[in-house]
Amino acid sequence: MKDADKKRILREMIFYRRFEDRTFEAYMERKIGGFLHLYTGQEAVATGVLEKAVVGQGDKNDYVVTGYRDHVHAIKTGAEPREVMAELYGKETGSSKGRGGSMHIFDASQNFMGGYALVGQPFPLAAGFAMGAKHKGTDQIAICFLGDGANNQGTFHETMNMAKIWNLPVLFVCENNQYAIGTRIERSTAVLDQYKRVCAYDMEASQHDGMDIDIVMEAAEKAIDFVRSGKGPYFLELMTYRYRGHSMSDAKGYRTKEEEAEWEKRDPIKIYSERLIKAGILDKAEIKTWEKEIDDEIENDIIKFSEESPEPKVEDLNKYVLDDNPDPRWIGPLQK
Amino acid sequence: MAETAYWEAIQRAHDEEMARDKMVICMGEDIGVAGGTYKATSGLFDKYGEERVIDTPISENSYTGIGIGASMVGMRPVIEIMSINFALLALDTLINAAAKIRYMSGGQLQCPIVLRTPGGTAHQLAAQHSARLARMFMSTSGLRVVTPRGPLDAYGMLKSAIRSNDPVIIIEHEQMYNLREDIPDEEFFRPLEGAEVVHEGTDISLIGYNFSVHLCLEAAKRLEADGISAEVLDLRALKPLDRESIRKTVEKTHHVVIAEEDEAPVGVGAEIISVINEDCFYALDSQPVRVHAADVPVPYNHTLEKAAIPNADDVYHGALKALGKI
Repeated sequence: MKDADKKRILREMIFYRRFEDRTFEAYMERKIGGFLHLYTGQEAVATGVLEKAVVGQGDKNDYVVTGYRDHVHAIKTGAEPREVMAELYGKETGSSKGRGGSMHIFDASQNFMGGYALVGQPFPLAAGFAMGAKHKGTDQIAICFLGDGANNQGTFHETMNMAKIWNLPVLFVCENNQYAIGTRIERSTAVLDQYKRVCAYDMEASQHDGMDIDIVMEAAEKAIDFVRSGKGPYFLELMTYRYRGHSMSDAKGYRTKEEEAEWEKRDPIKIYSERLIKAGILDKAEIKTWEKEIDDEIENDIIKFSEESPEPKVEDLNKYVLDDNPDPRWIGPLQK
Repeated sequence: MAETAYWEAIQRAHDEEMARDKMVICMGEDIGVAGGTYKATSGLFDKYGEERVIDTPISENSYTGIGIGASMVGMRPVIEIMSINFALLALDTLINAAAKIRYMSGGQLQCPIVLRTPGGTAHQLAAQHSARLARMFMSTSGLRVVTPRGPLDAYGMLKSAIRSNDPVIIIEHEQMYNLREDIPDEEFFRPLEGAEVVHEGTDISLIGYNFSVHLCLEAAKRLEADGISAEVLDLRALKPLDRESIRKTVEKTHHVVIAEEDEAPVGVGAEIISVINEDCFYALDSQPVRVHAADVPVPYNHTLEKAAIPNADDVYHGALKALGKI
């Protein structure tokens, strides 16, 4: 990988962290409503995996889907950050025109197929995208990001089985942050190593450090090559940690400060920036410059755009429920 | 014209649409090699192969979800769920996903799936194979719900459902698969919206959907023998509902019976009466009558089962009650 790309990836992770921090502030200012689930701490997973996928190329992209902690996945796949932020603000210019909010970011133009609030629901949807890609004969794959908590849903087992028997081109990325909302994995799950669970479906799987983006990228590249070459589904488990609570309404009473401090020592941005500095690719001053640029972009472009964008019109309340321009041949009215 | 059974009409619609468009596939339990529990997909496996006629494991929620995902990237899956009772397992992907994705994405994505499933009682199938549930689907925003009463609609509405861009639930009925009717040899379509007067009358309106239309038609015959002219309205589509046709028939006859195989609380009849109240209350000359199933899990015992489910006699007596004759 070129030095320029390494620097770009680090800058992206810093951007994602500051983007999420700024949504936190906007939430506290009550500019953002509903539930807000932040990705802080897990950046190396989405950034590293999607770096090795086809993203940012419109309809040629791989299909990407995830749960409700979806801002970073959407942006890395190709969604405009200002449209993601405007969606959190509930504005008409938002990526889902203000109808979805934080948990339901969509960008169909980039094959970002959504954020979903029902834990485990994206498993079958992702297998469906993969079935579509296979049927159409494209070499696209589907990539499904979900947490360890999702693996206790029936959809996990049902979908792993069907993905395997139908040899679907789908990569399941398990972001194992060890907590299902506020319940620690030992208390909710009989088998702690999640990659072992798909042995029951004879699926290729592996487990890696999800805090070190170099490790993530190496593992993702192999897994994506496997899936794209038609060998079937793959289950990639990445060990990670979310620094903030499950959502904004979570006081994290279920874990210790010591545990949090241990994980923060292995912060993905810290690990990677130290590595690049040590390799002489960049210096601290450059990071400071980026941080200033990023803050400026977030404040003067992304937030400004979101603040100034119009609200959806109340007269459009009933749009998008069903096809708004249906073909009368199929829909009617009935000729009497 | 050819006399065609309900299941044959469905099979023909599948076959024609699959021949026309490679993106049309069908999925479900035992629909391929076994040909389908109701034969509605018979012969398709041999003709189109296992990639397009997909025998699924018994995993209703996730195979429905896979169909939904495939539909979001351009495919047209027709999903068969063997009994509407089993569709309860697929409610997460149907109601939380298919019905909401167009809206949640601000119109960027659509889920053009067709879900076919028989809802209704047959012969002593007991509580877990006799659910009707039409009322549950008709209360869900973002779905279309249709109830073909015979082969003509079974064929024409399935063709339309496959081509429509919305998720469509087609509620069939175990007792209708062998029902026969002449249908044209040439291709035709029947729209997914609009109720239909299937028997003209002037004295009372009998409103039904799905199998209960046949109960209404039988009751109308008996009423005719009594010198009472009953109009039978088949709702055809439960969502969206054709309010205009309901208003028209009530304004014509001024008396109304709603026949539903579902239980009554919060049911189809309750909704129809609300529509009447809102749109044409002053056209009524008597209280609307609901003929419906007993509010119990459907019993196994034949006599109890018969007592739980409305029949043509109940509709006939409902009409006499509405007309003040009993």
